[in-house]
Amino acid sequence: MENLVQEAIQNVNLHAVMPSLILTVAGMVLLLVAVFSPRGKTAHIAWLSIAALIVAGIVTIMGWNDTQYGFAGSVQLDNFAAFFSMICIIAAGLAILMSDEYLKRENFPVGEYYPLILITTAGAMWMVSGTDLITIFLGIEVLSVSLYILAGFFRDQVRCNEAGLKYFFLGAFSTGFLLYGMALLYGVSGTTKIYDIGAYIQANPDVTTNIMFIAGGLLMLTGFFFKIAAAPFHMWTPDVYQGAPTPITAFMSAGPKAAAFAALIRVTFICLEGMQDQLITVFWVLAVLTMTIGNLIALNQKDLKRMLAYSSIAHAGYAMVGLVAWNEIGSAGILFYMLVYTFMNMGAFAILVLIGRSGEANLTLDGVAGLGYKQPMLGVAFCIFLFALMGLPPTAGFTGKFYIFAGAINSGYIWLAVIGVLNSAVSLYYYLRIMIYMYFKEPEEDYSWVKIYPATAVSIVISVIGVLYLGIVPGSIMQLARMAGF
Amino acid sequence: MADNLLSIMTFFPLVGMIALLFLPRDNDAMLKSFALAVSLITFLISLPLAFDNVFKTSGGMHYREFYEWIHVGEFFQMNYNVGIDGISLWLVMLTTFIMPIAILSTWNAVKKNTKGFMAMLLLLQTGMLGAFISLDLFLFYIFWELMLIPMYFLIGIWGGSNRIYAAVKFFIYTAVGSLLMLVGIIFVYYYAIQSGSPVNGFGVQEFYQLNIPYGAQFWLFLAFGFSFAIKVPMFPLHTWLPDAHTEAPTAGSVILAAVLLKMGTYGYVRFAMPLFPEALQTFIPFLAFLSVVGIIYGSLVAMMQEDVKKLVAYSSVAHLGFVMLGLFALNMQGMAGGMLQMINHGISTGALFLIVGFLYERRHTRQISEFGGLATKMPIFATIFLIITFSSIGLPGTNGFVGEFLALMGAFESNLRWYAVFATTGVILAAVYMLWVYQRIMFGKVTNPANENIKDLSAREIVIMAPLLLFVFWIGIYPNTFFDKMNPALEQLLEQMNNQQVAIVEVVQPVVAKVVDTK
Repeated sequence: MENLVQEAIQNVNLHAVMPSLILTVAGMVLLLVAVFSPRGKTAHIAWLSIAALIVAGIVTIMGWNDTQYGFAGSVQLDNFAAFFSMICIIAAGLAILMSDEYLKRENFPVGEYYPLILITTAGAMWMVSGTDLITIFLGIEVLSVSLYILAGFFRDQVRCNEAGLKYFFLGAFSTGFLLYGMALLYGVSGTTKIYDIGAYIQANPDVTTNIMFIAGGLLMLTGFFFKIAAAPFHMWTPDVYQGAPTPITAFMSAGPKAAAFAALIRVTFICLEGMQDQLITVFWVLAVLTMTIGNLIALNQKDLKRMLAYSSIAHAGYAMVGLVAWNEIGSAGILFYMLVYTFMNMGAFAILVLIGRSGEANLTLDGVAGLGYKQPMLGVAFCIFLFALMGLPPTAGFTGKFYIFAGAINSGYIWLAVIGVLNSAVSLYYYLRIMIYMYFKEPEEDYSWVKIYPATAVSIVISVIGVLYLGIVPGSIMQLARMAGF
Repeated sequence: MADNLLSIMTFFPLVGMIALLFLPRDNDAMLKSFALAVSLITFLISLPLAFDNVFKTSGGMHYREFYEWIHVGEFFQMNYNVGIDGISLWLVMLTTFIMPIAILSTWNAVKKNTKGFMAMLLLLQTGMLGAFISLDLFLFYIFWELMLIPMYFLIGIWGGSNRIYAAVKFFIYTAVGSLLMLVGIIFVYYYAIQSGSPVNGFGVQEFYQLNIPYGAQFWLFLAFGFSFAIKVPMFPLHTWLPDAHTEAPTAGSVILAAVLLKMGTYGYVRFAMPLFPEALQTFIPFLAFLSVVGIIYGSLVAMMQEDVKKLVAYSSVAHLGFVMLGLFALNMQGMAGGMLQMINHGISTGALFLIVGFLYERRHTRQISEFGGLATKMPIFATIFLIITFSSIGLPGTNGFVGEFLALMGAFESNLRWYAVFATTGVILAAVYMLWVYQRIMFGKVTNPANENIKDLSAREIVIMAPLLLFVFWIGIYPNTFFDKMNPALEQLLEQMNNQQVAIVEVVQPVVAKVVDTK
């Protein structure tokens, strides 16, 4: 017993959790700072949170190509984890940038908001670096619980409450699946470490026909599918995305979703490799369902937030094409795509933050009629994000999709790629519709209430630069994704 | 300078567009002059290409530029790989030549948001030039899609009453085609890698050497051919064209007709046909049939139009049918005729859209019945319109004759003899609808009082038309200026397509022999 404790202490290796540790500590300190700050003053907390994110980002980047193992092999900070951690950090940073003025406008400037984002990000980092089912579960829970609060943050708005509650119930439900699956896998293999489970299956190939193993794997995957909002487990997404505060919606659709993808990739590629053939079929069907359902329902949406929610379901479907490919190009493609998606989607939501009126009254198609003439810079930026979401060159949306579809075609899934590009074609219609309202219709209002908040503008500029950089000279980042992929 | 001539030419309009964005938004005259200057300088930059005699002697690629662009280990590699030969040369020249004319034509027509309009035109030019010079399929695809965005806004913002429908239709039609082509491009690339043949990124010249099995060629030709057929547009994928043309502003229509449609035909010559020659043989009867249907159908529908702009749009469908038929003849006459007809169509249909624009600016209607008897009121206009009409019909002495004649002759001498016979009726039909519309607009008495005070062409408008008239006669009387530089490249293309088929037979036959032996 003493030996075990000693070994565990030797195995701790704080380097492996340093970035998330920084965010956790910063989050807790800032919670205290928030308590002692005068009510309504939150800007300094936002800036301190951004500082903490920058420090965590630098630490993450410094650990590139220097894999750290910690906590007796239950945490592994490798390039894969570092890449996804950076995505989460960028998402959190952009969300915080667009939050402060937004919270003031919505009359709810409460300091606890920022520490919660930091803690969500820390949870996401445990998810992406966890190599033990328990660690991954812990990460998911930390992330989810903070997000439940954030999704329902405006406690006096009914819609926001609905979002929080719905997210909580369905999230808890999906966690049940996840945990049950993990328990069954443990029952089969006698361990929760994913590398050991993988090795166990390699040693005992007949276990893949064991009903307990199959049920465990599928139940666990179901939990992940909830988190990435893959159809038919996507039902919570539109309501939650529509009701949650816009910056949180933006964050949820990028950071936590990327983290869920990371955990999903790690678990399937290492732990469930023995089920590859069956899983590819599952992923194939779900990828097609997810993108088709997302795009088809988005066609009919008039509310911009809801439209982007369905579009985010569709984009999860595109990313899943990389899972079907089950090769290096595909998995690296998912990494690259999630980064791209972070910039283009968060940029689009940042614009919604600016053009929404208090209470988000006019976030409909009619609400942006003629906006391109009254707010030319916003219009151009919005167009860049929309073209990126469509997947048109020279934006990052194109290179991202190219990476993923290249993976699928390289593995011979040509029909899947065809379905994927046809889905992109469907999506053109509803993205174009926003532009039709922005440019081809005469303005009905003068949009005098639109104020360009400086911090939000910074987040838009960063996103534009990201979208164009990753679209025109993506080579170096694609190379990093390649080094980080499986 | 000469080393990077193509890049400088291609990206100069883009640089100009960015500079334009910093000019004051209200000063329309300055914005227009600036855009005109940028397009004129681009034309001057491209001018040395037209006088370079290297194209007469060698059919290969010249003015090559090569830079590594996206290199992701063994995953994929793309390069900035450009160059032109006699085939792309004249299309590049057409683009740089038509652009100042298009900009000049908007002088009084565009009043709303001039800055955006000019910016879109310049961006469009970079996209078009880039697509013509790309030798890397990935790069080509980027430029190909880049053209969509400005055209979408040109139609959607500055177009006519039904512009939104037309813009969305244009966008979705073209995008669907090109997305399928993207899958094809990626497939060709990984096929090349996996078959172990030398590749140079997505370089198309290396892909020419591939011996893709017929089964794959079939689907690939379908993907590429579908995409290009939408752009040409071939019957029955042409329905976006009349809408887009009718709704687009004059400058947009001119560029759409003169250059954008050539993207489709150029795509066939450069990519679909030489990359998949075996599948091409399968599809030729079908495609030639569609071309002939396009010629006859386009002409008949053009005849019945009330709207003169729609008439010109449908005549485009017919004219491009001749181009495609010439190309599918797969002999020198046919290919050369098809290529020349691309340039001709750019000049005469571009000019026709300008003429429609002149009428519309004066009367704000395009209904043929609103006009009549204009010849007495507008003598200069009448002369120019008549010349362009003859050129569009293909009267000997004008450019249209040379192109159509060669294209039809090529088709007649190939396997497509009967197609050529039916296509020839299109020439007669063209005379019917063009002369009839000319008669209805220009001759007779002035019946509509609104036409009483209609003004003849201004000096600016004559300046716009003069260069087009020059080329109508130049090509009509001495087309060798163009053929001399086009032919070496076409010969090389034909030779290479024949070799490829031989090579495939050589690969297949030993395999067949083996199978027979084992039995």
